[in-house]
This record gives sequence, C-alpha cells and structure tokens, in this order.
Amino acid sequence: MTVHVGLTQFLVVSAILFSLGIFGVMTRKNAIMVLMGIELILNAANINFVAFTRFGLMNLSGQVTAVFVIILAAAEAAVLLAIVLNMFQQINTVNVDEVDKLKN
Amino acid sequence: MVQTIYESFGYVIPETVLSVFFVLTLLTSLVGDRRSKYLPAYTALLGFAVTGAFVAGQIGMDQLVFSGMYAVDPFSWFFKVLFLVSGALIVLFSMQSRELDTASTKYAEYYSLIISLTIGAFFMAGASNLLMMYLSLELVSISSYILSGFTKENPRADEASLKYVIYGAFSSGLMLYGISILYGLTGELNIYALNQAFSSGALSQVSVLIAIVLMLAGLGYKISAVPFHFWTPDVYEGAPVTVTAFLSVTSKAAGFAMLIRFFKIGFIDIAAQPAVAGMWQIFHGLNWTDIIAVLSVLTMTLGNLVALWQTNMKRLLAYSSIAHAGYILMGFVTLTDQGISAMLMYFVAYLLMNLGAFYIVMLVANKYQTEDIDGYAGLGYRSPYAAFALTVFLFSLTGIPPTFGFIGKLYLFAALIKTNYIWLAIVGVLNSVVSLYYYVKVVRSMYLVTPADSTRVDFGFGTNLLMTVLMVPNIALMLYFTPVLNWAEHSVLMFGLH
Repeated sequence: MTVHVGLTQFLVVSAILFSLGIFGVMTRKNAIMVLMGIELILNAANINFVAFTRFGLMNLSGQVTAVFVIILAAAEAAVLLAIVLNMFQQINTVNVDEVDKLKN
Repeated sequence: MVQTIYESFGYVIPETVLSVFFVLTLLTSLVGDRRSKYLPAYTALLGFAVTGAFVAGQIGMDQLVFSGMYAVDPFSWFFKVLFLVSGALIVLFSMQSRELDTASTKYAEYYSLIISLTIGAFFMAGASNLLMMYLSLELVSISSYILSGFTKENPRADEASLKYVIYGAFSSGLMLYGISILYGLTGELNIYALNQAFSSGALSQVSVLIAIVLMLAGLGYKISAVPFHFWTPDVYEGAPVTVTAFLSVTSKAAGFAMLIRFFKIGFIDIAAQPAVAGMWQIFHGLNWTDIIAVLSVLTMTLGNLVALWQTNMKRLLAYSSIAHAGYILMGFVTLTDQGISAMLMYFVAYLLMNLGAFYIVMLVANKYQTEDIDGYAGLGYRSPYAAFALTVFLFSLTGIPPTFGFIGKLYLFAALIKTNYIWLAIVGVLNSVVSLYYYVKVVRSMYLVTPADSTRVDFGFGTNLLMTVLMVPNIALMLYFTPVLNWAEHSVLMFGLH
C-alpha cells in the first residue's frame, strides 16, 4: 500500500509544529528554550509557504518568502542570543521568570 | 522586468540615502575619537536632512513600485515626514542624554540603529505586499530590540530588551503564520490581489478569521493595543529615555500606518462609498469594525486606569501611550476618510506632545537623577521653564483646550459622531477625564509641593530653545490648525483608492 503525501499532510505537520512552538514559548522558563519555540513557529510558517507553492499550483512567491524567513530567523536568533548572553553576564541567569526587576 | 526594477529605484531614493547614511554613521567610529558623540550624531542629522530634501521631492507622487511591493503615495509621504522629524529630534535629544554615556564607545552604533529603525518605518508605511510588510516590521523590531538594551551595563535595560525580543519575536512569528494561511487561501501576497480574492467571496470564513487574528497579533504588538500590550510598560521603563521616546512615536506610528493600509486596501471594496458599506460579502458575518471598536475601548481604558497608580514617570507615560493607541484606534473604527485623516492629525499632535514630555523626563533624569513622580516635587520652583513646558505637554496629552492635543481629540470624536459611533465617542471622552487625574498629579507635584532643596537649576540656552521648539507648535497649532488639517485630509489618499 502506498501512502500519498499531499498538501494536507504538510499542513498537519506544520500545525503541530506551530502548536508545539506556542506551547514552548508559554511554558519554558529558559530563554534559549523560548527561542526554540519561536523558531518552531517560524518554521511551521515556512512549511506552509513551501507546501502551498508546491501543491497549490501557485506562483513562486511562497518559496521566496520561505528563503527570506530563514534569513530573518537567523538574524533574530543572533540578536536574542546576544541579549541573553549579556543578561547572563549581568545577573547570572537565563531564566525568564527570574528577570523581574521592572514590576510594581 | 529589469526595466521595471530600474525605474522603481527612482522612487526609493530617500530610503537609499538613509541606507547610505546608516553605513556612514557606522563608519564614523573608525574616524577620530570613538568616545566623541558629535561626529556620528551630526552625520545622522545630516542623513535625515538630505533624506528630507529627497522626500520633499516626492510630494504628490502616487505610484506602486517594485512589482507592487511598495507604494509611494501621499499616505506614506505623510508618515515619512513624521518619521524624519521624530528621528532628527531623537538624535538631538540623545546628544544631551547622560544615560547613554555609560555606553560611550558605541555612539556610532547607536545613531546608525536609529537610522535603520527609520528605514524600516519608511518601508512599513509603504509596504503593499505581505512579505514586504513582514520584512519591514522585522527591520524595525530588530533595531529596536538592540536599542532598548543599548546601555547594556544597566540590568534594567537588559531586562527591557529581553522582554521586548521575546514578545516581539513571538508576535511576529504569529503574524507570519497568519500570512502563510492568507497565502494558502488566496495564492497571493500582494494586498491588492488579496482584495480581489476576497471579493470573490469563495473562501472559508473560519480560515480567513484565524489568519486575520494572527495578523492582528503582529500589528497589535507594534501599536501596543490591549491583548498584546504586555511588553510596553516594562520596555518603556527599562530602555533609555531617548529610545523609549523613539519607540513610542516612530515604531507605533509605523505600526498604525501598516495596519491602516492592510485593512483599508485589503478588506474593503475600494470603489464603494461610504467605505464601511463596501466590506466584502465574506466579512459580513464577522463585524470587523465592532471588533476594532472593542479593542480600542479596552486599550484606552486599561491604559488610563493602570496609569492612575504609577509612581515612575516613564511607566506612567508608557501606560499613557497605550491609552493613546486606543484613542487613535477609535478613528480607525470608522474606516472613513474623515476618521483616517483625524488619526493622521492626531499623530502630529502625538509626536509633538509625547516627544516633548519624554524630553523633559530625560532632562530631569540628567539633572536630578530621578524618574519618580515624587522627584518632580517643586520642579516649578527649581526649573520653572522646564516645569512650564512639561505642563503644556501634559495638558496636550490630556486634550485640554489651549493645546493641539485638544484639536486632535476633537476631530477623532467628530469622525465618530458622524458615523454614529456615539457610544464610542462617549467612552473616549470619559477616558480623557480619567487621564486628567494622573497628568494633573504630576503638575500638582511640580507646583504645589515645596521642594526640600529649592536651588535654581537652569538647563542652558540650547536646551531651552529645543523645549520651546516643541512647545510652541503645541499651542500655535491649536490656534491655527488649518494647514495640518489640509495636509491630513490630502494624505488619506493611498494608491488605488478613489
């Protein structure tokens, strides 16, 4: 029996990744884990773009978008890691919930 | 194709010039003393001035360039002028900031990031393609993450930038997922093509709804509308004052520009008048304007109520800026030209009064090392001119008559009443009354509390001059606002409308 892999399968995988990403951002305390959640969300969107272009018989702009998003995700990760590193040097923690000086 | 690209370059000269000055400003760190703040600051100012000259040459242009990626029209022109004025003022403020001196070897980076944020804001104002919107939003965001944590030895600034980057990256990720769904539904990224796709009405309403809610997460975070506002108080309090002022004006105005263009072009039958009647069939089940009206009410009410018990001036202004996002959203609810032009006019007022208030906060922090409202006690005796200027800005923020803020609010309410959103106008007025309490609290502290130490502290001629430059339009434009009104009314024109 052969399984036909079509648009639906890709969209399901992407939806699962997206949900996992949101779950990661919501529940993780470690800033690096939060970053991984964000990356999952971005990559879920990327799978959507590429799958829609491939199976939807659309123009190529989806593929182009995916390439741009990969680059932006890298830029964003670089900035976030730099900020976390600086945070670690200053107050010796990478846990988001321990960073709470700015509260009333 | 090559010909189109070549011709399009003629329309993005201001952005190109800004990019060149971004590099030049960065390169100034290689010349002379790294600790000198004047060389990079003047380079940045020169950049804004030269760009201003090219932007002035674009007046009246109405053109879609780079295969529909980017619109050069009166609407984006309005915002470009706003961004340039705000950017130049922030550079002037930053030259006086003591806070930034803790990062004194990195002035060149600081000023070049201000330019890069402005470039992003330019592109946001004109973006007419979903990919372009996402990219320009990220350009603004990434610049502002770095800027808000710029004084990196200060743990509060570090915290601000960490919170900002997490909220920001998360919201823009949600927005991207929304864009991918819209792309899947319509096969298009161009918002004019989206409009065509919606007009057929053959799309799944639920999917469109999900996509739009996800898009709103990204846009709402940029304008700090209520369910997405959590980052605002912390980032505004922790970041250096100059950066806070910059974010509260440029980044917020850019978010609004993108929001207005996205909904106005994408979601409404462009030919129909009045605009609301022209909503495509597919949106009739879900009443868009009411959702935005509720968002607007929540935003201004929460902003104003929480601002009531703030003790830190920057945090107070942060909640006040959330409240102002709510007021500005009121104009968007109408979706009419009158509403949009009232919003644009409010942006002019908001720029003048908000930057002015933050400027005084920065000066007070420089001289008195305090950001607490208690620290403003007796400022009216110690620095009478600064206290007077702050009073004008705060009254303008409240919307009390002899100031331009009043005219801004008046036109917003007029637009609402004309489209029968009387309940919303009443909520807006009530909110203004609430806001009076916390603005006047500061004024009261300045004039009615006797300071422990009443030594006169003067800020010097240049500072007073800059204060006056910001203060005079706040009052003068109340008396003679016709030019701003005309400008705003002409600027509602977007490419493809009318």
